[in-house]
Amino acid sequence: MFSFLKKLIRPGKGNTSIDKGIIVFEHTSEVIKAENVLKKSGFNIRVMGPPPEIQTGCDLVIEFSLIEELDIMRHLGNDGVKTLQVVPVSSHLLSPIDLFHTKDFGDYLMVRAANMKITIDKRSRIIVNVSGGGCPDVPYLANELVGKKLEEAPRPRDLGYTLCGYALELAYEEIMKQCSQ
Amino acid sequence: MLAIIGTVPEPDFPLIHGKVSLSEGHLIMGDRKITINRGTPALLAAAVKTSEIVNGPEIYSFLAGDTGKGEGSRKLYEFLERSLPNFTFCTLVFHYIQPIAEWHDRIHNVIETMESKPVLIADAGYMYVAKMCGRAGQYELFTPDIGELAFLADELAPHPFYTRGFILHDDDNAPNLIRRAYSHGNAAKYMVVKGKTDYIVKDGEILNTVDEPSHDAMEAIGGTGDTLTGLAAVLCTGPLGIEEGALAAAKINRWIGHYAKPDPSTQVSDLIEKIPQALSRVLEKNGEEAGNV
Repeated sequence: MFSFLKKLIRPGKGNTSIDKGIIVFEHTSEVIKAENVLKKSGFNIRVMGPPPEIQTGCDLVIEFSLIEELDIMRHLGNDGVKTLQVVPVSSHLLSPIDLFHTKDFGDYLMVRAANMKITIDKRSRIIVNVSGGGCPDVPYLANELVGKKLEEAPRPRDLGYTLCGYALELAYEEIMKQCSQ
Repeated sequence: MLAIIGTVPEPDFPLIHGKVSLSEGHLIMGDRKITINRGTPALLAAAVKTSEIVNGPEIYSFLAGDTGKGEGSRKLYEFLERSLPNFTFCTLVFHYIQPIAEWHDRIHNVIETMESKPVLIADAGYMYVAKMCGRAGQYELFTPDIGELAFLADELAPHPFYTRGFILHDDDNAPNLIRRAYSHGNAAKYMVVKGKTDYIVKDGEILNTVDEPSHDAMEAIGGTGDTLTGLAAVLCTGPLGIEEGALAAAKINRWIGHYAKPDPSTQVSDLIEKIPQALSRVLEKNGEEAGNV
């Protein structure tokens, strides 16, 4: 299963200054947990797309400084975050979309992050629609969020498993931020 | 018979398959009643309702429960790999299924062995994985929204989440995105692109655009892509053919929004109820125009 890892760690031209690694997880939900744990602990990590050799369809990985591997893995272990593998990597990683788009409909406010949109009724702060996306947790998240107040709804990061779920979490955070201003 | 393959957002929903009907606002499959909400159930409801009205094909479905972990999707993949050659379908529509590249190719290899090769339509997760596997051109129809079109146009992005920022997904840029998606082989033969203006495209050429009626609120409503795909699947399979069927589907999808008097809190189930009204309007209008020629 992990024959691709050999390719990634095999030394070669342009592969001489590897100082970054990626942590591979089974589900995006584990990536979200890991991101929370590591950012709270002050690690300088980034959530990124995996290199093509290990893309399976709906993935995120965490990029970190290899020198901190032991410490990072200890923190994740202490918090019960399951990892699949750690891989040194020097190839280019894909960056998630980081732009938000906001549309004001008067009584309603919609925020889009990547391919996911969340819309609330500004008067009641109730989530009235979730749209966009194509992974199977999107209809599930929509069922769980729509009809609930922003503050009372479950967080997409707690229920989602895929990149679409992760994008919805970003949209959720952004709309919370805009509503608190 | 037309088959729709996708998932239901319930963790304990088993893998089932069979003919689908509508009764009292629910989908009926065997002894199961399925709530119509966004996702594959919305696509199914739109397809069944449309087919009832136009006397279209019977709708068959393969469904499994999946809340994002991919377990239901894997069950579907495994079942389809084993069983698909035992069925005969005119059209296969793949929808909310966890994108898993290896499984996509295994299913595609099985389809290649089917005696009568069905027309292939993909939307949502399955469209993502078809593009990721470099097999987009082997599909007859994709129904992306403008954001998904930008993803198809980005030859490096494995998922819409990674569409590079310079590939702007705004409506004004749609013709460029269409060109780019086809130039990299990342589009189906036909596409209906859903946006402020809808584009009907064949092999990179924009055949038609539809921009009326227009309601801004439709952008916020989850499931408008599901209804479009359901409409297109049935209409493209019938006597209209793909070009005319795709155009009619885009028009009807706009009219169901219009008749529902949408605001951003409108739900997809409210839209599906308006299909008969919208369908009559568009098909009667088409008939009048044909009569005038």
